[in-house]
Amino acid sequence: MIDIITSQMSFVSLLSFFAIGAIGSLILRKNDQLSNLCISFFAIIGSIWGLIFSISSLLTGHSLSFVVNKSAYKFLSLSFNIDLLSSFFIFVISLIVLFCSIYGIGYVKHYYEKYSIGALGFFYNIFIIGMLLVVSSSNAIFFLIAWEIMSIASYLLVVYDRNDEKNVKAGFLYLIMTHVGTVFIIISFLLMYKFTGTFDFVTLKSNVNSIPLYIKDIVFVLAVIGFGTKAGIVPFHIWLPSAHPAAPSHVSALMSGVMIKTGIYMMIRIFLDILQPIPIWWGLALLILGAFSALLGILYALTEYDIKRLLAYSSIENIGIILLGLGSTFVFTSLGAKSFALLSLIATLFHILNHAIFKSLLFLGAGSVINQTHTRNIEKLGGIIKYMPQTAFFFLIGSMAISALPPFNGFFSEWLIFQSLFQGIALLGFHAKCIFIASAGALAFTGGLALACFVKAFGTIFLARPRSLEIIHVKESSISLKIGMFALAVLSLLFGLFSGYLINIFEKIGKSFDGFKNISSFVSSSSNQTIAVGEKFASVSASVFFILFVSVILLVIFVIKYVINRKQRIKIGETWDCGTDLTSRMEITATGFARSLVIIFKGILKPSIQHEIEYDDSESRYLPKSRTVVLKMHDLYQYYFYQPLQKILTGLSMRIKNIQSGNVNAYILYIFIALAVTLYSVL
Amino acid sequence: MIKFFLKILKTSKNIISINNIDYKKTEIIELGGKIQNKVKKLFKGSLAIRQVDAGSDNACEQELVALSNAFYDVERFGIHFVASPKHADMLLVTGPVTRNMAKSLKNAYECTPDPKIIVAVGDDAINGGLFKHSYAVLDGVDNVIPVNYQIPGDPPSPKTILVSLLKILETLENKTSK
Amino acid sequence: MITLIWIIQIVLTPLASPLCIGIIKKIKAKFQNRQGASIFQPYRDLWKLLHKDEIISKDASWIFRSAPFIIFTITLIVGACIPLFASFFKEMQINDFLIIVYALSISTFFLALAGMDTGSAFGGFGSSREMTISALAEGGLIFSFLTVALVNSSTNLFVISESTALIQSRPILPIILALFGFFIILLAETARFPFDNPATHLELTMIHEAMILEYSGKKLALIEWAAANKLFIFAALGANLFFPLGIAQTISLNAIIIGISALVIKVFIVCLIIAVLESSIAKYRFFRLPDLLIISFILNVVAIGLIY
Repeated sequence: MIDIITSQMSFVSLLSFFAIGAIGSLILRKNDQLSNLCISFFAIIGSIWGLIFSISSLLTGHSLSFVVNKSAYKFLSLSFNIDLLSSFFIFVISLIVLFCSIYGIGYVKHYYEKYSIGALGFFYNIFIIGMLLVVSSSNAIFFLIAWEIMSIASYLLVVYDRNDEKNVKAGFLYLIMTHVGTVFIIISFLLMYKFTGTFDFVTLKSNVNSIPLYIKDIVFVLAVIGFGTKAGIVPFHIWLPSAHPAAPSHVSALMSGVMIKTGIYMMIRIFLDILQPIPIWWGLALLILGAFSALLGILYALTEYDIKRLLAYSSIENIGIILLGLGSTFVFTSLGAKSFALLSLIATLFHILNHAIFKSLLFLGAGSVINQTHTRNIEKLGGIIKYMPQTAFFFLIGSMAISALPPFNGFFSEWLIFQSLFQGIALLGFHAKCIFIASAGALAFTGGLALACFVKAFGTIFLARPRSLEIIHVKESSISLKIGMFALAVLSLLFGLFSGYLINIFEKIGKSFDGFKNISSFVSSSSNQTIAVGEKFASVSASVFFILFVSVILLVIFVIKYVINRKQRIKIGETWDCGTDLTSRMEITATGFARSLVIIFKGILKPSIQHEIEYDDSESRYLPKSRTVVLKMHDLYQYYFYQPLQKILTGLSMRIKNIQSGNVNAYILYIFIALAVTLYSVL
Repeated sequence: MIKFFLKILKTSKNIISINNIDYKKTEIIELGGKIQNKVKKLFKGSLAIRQVDAGSDNACEQELVALSNAFYDVERFGIHFVASPKHADMLLVTGPVTRNMAKSLKNAYECTPDPKIIVAVGDDAINGGLFKHSYAVLDGVDNVIPVNYQIPGDPPSPKTILVSLLKILETLENKTSK
Repeated sequence: MITLIWIIQIVLTPLASPLCIGIIKKIKAKFQNRQGASIFQPYRDLWKLLHKDEIISKDASWIFRSAPFIIFTITLIVGACIPLFASFFKEMQINDFLIIVYALSISTFFLALAGMDTGSAFGGFGSSREMTISALAEGGLIFSFLTVALVNSSTNLFVISESTALIQSRPILPIILALFGFFIILLAETARFPFDNPATHLELTMIHEAMILEYSGKKLALIEWAAANKLFIFAALGANLFFPLGIAQTISLNAIIIGISALVIKVFIVCLIIAVLESSIAKYRFFRLPDLLIISFILNVVAIGLIY
């Protein structure tokens, strides 16, 4: 039975479910409801099958590799290699696709009559197929084809809402950045091909010794830039904050929760699996990049007042945290401390899973709110908790999970990353220790800043009074939206409570790598879900905390409400604001909430204030009619990195343009020179 | 810093004691229904006062500020001033209620949780005092909110206010010394 | 015997914390040449508040109503899980310092949300300032714990506090530096000078007080009690992790009594230092506070560097 489930047939059928869904929705595109149903049905079935497939491979440790058919091209072979790491990523993809598709059933109704639902369904399913192919392919050319499918499908989904000019611009920026990244990836694969003569990942791994060290370093830099562009590492992240908000919300959830992790997947695959052994500076460089991404991501998230841009910057922060885990893995592997490397790898994989879950939950919640209020601007929202109580509750759980509050899952993966960084501080030499201390400091600060950011987000959107009149017409989201969010919230709690069990599975995944076989694990989990690191270094238990919390709070509520002063009356009155009439303008705004932090970090964020006053009588200037204050944030990357780059490139192109002078004699001269050089080099 | 601390230690204590106060002679006026004994017992150990300035000329406020200094030290009886009427047990209102402050005073009254005591301090708060029959005032706090006690004086000295507060809480009858 | 010890460990924090607040207020009053309220005054305040009615704003949601219970529960749990007078609870499941730090963040999270929930101007900016301070203080807090954890090679709080025996071979200078760093964070997290004035009435200067202006009755009592608990927790952590002299290591009556009296003396010293500090300096301007927090962080980083 397990053999059938994890066989080649079932993987191909997995892909075909989504393919049928894509083609079906395109055929049914004339009828909105039918094509919506078709997309959702096949996506849900496909993702459930994907879950069954990946869970059975993970539990049995069975890895699968096959070649579909030998094609006519020498380099391209449709070969798949689904080992435990790939199954884990298939699990993440299927899980998030399942709940986003359930959510999509209700959400897509928003787009009926406006845009073609058939096109949405087609590109949605193609996007999912692209992601599945990316994590399971075993040939570099095949991988690049799948990568392109994924990027183009997601570009078309980003510009789906094409009536808004900003979405089109965002999509264009995304397209350029992802293709620049793909260029770097192609160059790195070509370099590897030159020295090993093959594009196949498995053969690359066995021939890795023929690659000299300096080529490996160049491949590292190129691959980090290439995959980092997809993953959203600072400073290649500039497409993320514009592209993720532009897409429909369930697609944003997929992009932010899953697609950017495929970049991390390839980094693990290439650096940990193929290019071993690696020098230590790779891990240290990733640690520094991770620390910067985490801090800068959350600082920019604090300045945002558009919900989805805030969540997109928060994804950049979490990618930074994942890179911290990944960097420490590489450092430990290059120093030969294999059990610590396994600990860091477990932490990284766990955080990938957790971030996918709670970021999707947050995006789906934001999508429900935007659906009802038709605005992404937090400054116009407020008081929604009274109209959409369940959505608010799920968003609260997502905020608690992303701020790493126990007993939700975010705490346990951050705990493990902290533990691996602490081991590094305790054991390494001086230079590496400094970088580990800086990373641990960055992680500690970003934990606190993420808490502040999500207090701001949740508080301004859902609490207090509405800040604009349209909020009164808001209604609770429909049932399919609620089911999608509810399932993700429950998973968030469950993965936190059963994190001990999950760590065993991650250990199995980690040990499937060649370098990690037969080592003793540094982290263990006991039967009552206590995770222990080292013999006596640290231990934490999820279920004990949760049970203790629930029981003590029930006891406290019982004693306070019913034992002490039972005759207390609770009256509903007004908010005290020194006796004035409360208007919605007296509440704190999102910009005001974060203003203190912006001013504290003004060296990095560079805020600017502009005042304008309009007077009633411009000659006497006594009575102002209106005042405008414009608060702007100076985008550091645009100014210092991309604009000079753009200037250099444009200047260079202007110079080179002079070759095309339009003079036929010059062209004949060029042909002559080319001919002469070719003859000389051949002879 | 050390000189500063030594100076504190060397300053003599000149706090007034309430041993010799003849509390029968205090001029406090009781209005409205009598505050229940249960309530007085609740507040005897700890009383939170919110002071509301309903347009007063600040004479009473100066005396109330003097209550917290080292000479009168009202805190030793468990009485302290709080920042919000929602934390308060007693509202001390001063000033003849001006028209602009009437609504705010009502808000403060409604935001104070039960059980509460309302005290009007000063002649202005009792019946308008200096500003009686002016077009801008409403002539006394009991025209706006129900008042339980009134402390007359323009302004009443801090000692009077202190003794009156203690009499309201009936602390004087039970305390033997200090 | 062991059940008695467990009971003391669980109820010591909520019972003893209002006494700490009372002692600080009394010492401050003495410095101001007043007599001040008695040291048991906070108990009377809590009793009175528990017997009053409540008025809840109509803009408030279930978060406002449930936040005091959550915050109080967290302080109870954390208070029971840290080394107070005994260090033999090593096998307790919640003993890692990171879970203590993040559990205290849960209480900050809900307090800030409750401050924003009523839509008053004070609550909003109180939450904003509280989150700013708390975000920057978390780095210093984690690192000061990390220093003692690395010295004792375990993040289990009870194991750290047990290492009195090794006092000769422990490096002293990192621990002193980490203690200074921790003390600054203690002042920040418990809303004391120079970060916040707990006795102010000016909303301009409020941080913690501004978030609780809307609470009344039982919920206010719970929040004030939780704040007192937090002060006691931080004082006990500072006392027992950095100077664990006298902490009970064996289950015997003598050791327990010595342990409890050592805790009482150490917490009294911390309260004395806080009260003297509050009487001598003024509250800092808000934008000078991040400088203080970064100084704490740097002290801790230097301390870690000095261990090796």
